[in-house]
Amino acid sequence: MITPSIKVMDRVILERNHFQKLIDVLITRDYRVVGPTLGEGAIVYDELNSVDKLPIGWTDDQDGGTYRLKKRSDQALFGYVVGPHSWKKFLLPSALRLWQAKRHDNGFQIIPENEEIQKFAFIGVRSCDIHAVSTQDKIFMNGQHIDPHYQSRRKDAFILAVNCGKADGTCFCVSMNTGPKVTFGFDLAVTEILEDNNHYFVVEVGTELGAEILHEVTYREANGREKKLADGIIKNTARQMGRVMDTTNIKDLLYKNYEHPRWDDVAKRCLTCANCTMVCPTCFCTTVEDVTDLTGDHAERWRKLDSCFTMDFSYIHGGSIRASTKSRYRQWMTHKLAAWIDQFGMSGCVGCGRCITWCPVAIDITEEVRAIRENEMIDTSTISGKEKTNAIA
Amino acid sequence: MAIKRKPKLAVWKFASCDGCQLSLLDCEDELLGVADRINIAYFLEASRDTVKGPYDISLVEGSITTQHDAEHIQKIRKSSKLLVAIGACATAGGIQALRNFKDVKDFISVVYASPKYIDTLDKSTPISSHVHVDFELQGCPINKRQLLEVLSAFLHGRKPNTPPHSVCIECKRRGTVCVMVAQGIPCLGPVTHAGCNAICPSYCRGCYGCYGPKETSNTGSLSSRFTRLGMNDENIVRSFRNFYATSEPFRKESEVHNHL
Repeated sequence: MITPSIKVMDRVILERNHFQKLIDVLITRDYRVVGPTLGEGAIVYDELNSVDKLPIGWTDDQDGGTYRLKKRSDQALFGYVVGPHSWKKFLLPSALRLWQAKRHDNGFQIIPENEEIQKFAFIGVRSCDIHAVSTQDKIFMNGQHIDPHYQSRRKDAFILAVNCGKADGTCFCVSMNTGPKVTFGFDLAVTEILEDNNHYFVVEVGTELGAEILHEVTYREANGREKKLADGIIKNTARQMGRVMDTTNIKDLLYKNYEHPRWDDVAKRCLTCANCTMVCPTCFCTTVEDVTDLTGDHAERWRKLDSCFTMDFSYIHGGSIRASTKSRYRQWMTHKLAAWIDQFGMSGCVGCGRCITWCPVAIDITEEVRAIRENEMIDTSTISGKEKTNAIA
Repeated sequence: MAIKRKPKLAVWKFASCDGCQLSLLDCEDELLGVADRINIAYFLEASRDTVKGPYDISLVEGSITTQHDAEHIQKIRKSSKLLVAIGACATAGGIQALRNFKDVKDFISVVYASPKYIDTLDKSTPISSHVHVDFELQGCPINKRQLLEVLSAFLHGRKPNTPPHSVCIECKRRGTVCVMVAQGIPCLGPVTHAGCNAICPSYCRGCYGCYGPKETSNTGSLSSRFTRLGMNDENIVRSFRNFYATSEPFRKESEVHNHL
């Protein structure tokens, strides 16, 4: 097979049979390869040393509060969307010891954590999740306060992205302008094609490193027809979005509607269980716990993934600021969709749909926005008597 | 309150199965450390040898079900600087609080050959219904790591890390896939207090709520979900009338669905 030289932005073909080689090359280059695999009735992210560990021939069926695995009629490697895990499982571990301390005669000594982080290769990263990782990059690696724990996991990560070949019932990346086509932040991006007896990937090269790695794997040139097929698949996925969110002036919409009756309505359904924030690929809040052992000679500081849905989250002297469920749900959604824009210059939502699927009672962020938009509170202080009557009616 | 000298610990038992006290014995590896730092002054399950009060810390297991118990807990409170209620019985009345929904005399006549020997109160009540409790550690049984955490915290004068949030957070932190969403298994996790590290869902079972209600427990919304999953009212009542049947949120929810 001819191996033409490749550069960034080139598109070439990787045959299905050579996918294992790609994983092998990454392992040889000392990457810890992680990606989608079957586990506990879902597609989760875990160690991946063989192509056979991918959920070959499986897909998922998602809607508000439900997720089911289903068999596909083909042997696709990436024929599903995103599951309960996100890449923050690896980049922002749910529990992390920050340091230990040991008491001695004149005080105590801090023992720093010497973390040996093996560089990650993430296999099968979707466009929504690339946006999510880039959102967390901005939070943890930009500005004055860089998070060393995030940075040490993120800086050398290799990203093999996948252009989604299907959308699911809770997907709305098109609304959030975050997919389904992968446009940045990848080393290699593949579009999986299954036709008749051919099974291959159109691979777009995103970085020099991606080109270098692909060079060690066997590939061939892509012809016009194959490229067109790949483009068609992505366009088709974009038409399948299960959910839609109208984001027009969303910041002002939510800022103007703090007292909208819909918040009371959602508070009746919300369990404050925190599942939405835990599965959200951009939610980044952590808490810090200090522990001592019985002797009192040894202490540890732990960082744990936290959620704005707990009472402790907003606890200050005297009590929790957001005691009501209404205030907690409103805080989460308004931060995600509005305040995030002021804070980081982007939306905190990437339209992955995880918060809808994994909410035990199927609360749907797109539906909540719609309900507020369709019955928007009108600021009655600025309008006169007759208009006021009409507005309220 | 940091205690400098070797503090005296007492472990008391009321109506209960002993499982929570056993959590202390179950500490095994850590038990020597406990004995090294704490003077285990009164712990009948471990030793007949007892030291008189007052005690720095009293761990109280079990619920109050007799007049004798109701008087005894007052004495324990008086001789204890800190009183920590451990387990579902001590913090909520326990499984024996199921009697609270019925007439206890009916049970006595069915269960005992000579009901005249039985002297019991109408209701099973938590320790906090009788005396001031400094800290409550929930669970049926309690988690031994949490017990060590509570003891360590009180020994060193800091707040125990026993977060009152949902079991869901524990599932998500350990990467367990939600059994209710992915498999349609009814699960009390979203309304239940964390602490067990989400054992049941990690074995593909729904949470039984054995750690009792979490903070701001929205049982009504979860019940609606159970109904949509096909659970009838009778079974909804059963799922809430278990280890924490008489805790406020679980009791109220069971009453909504109880048509008997």
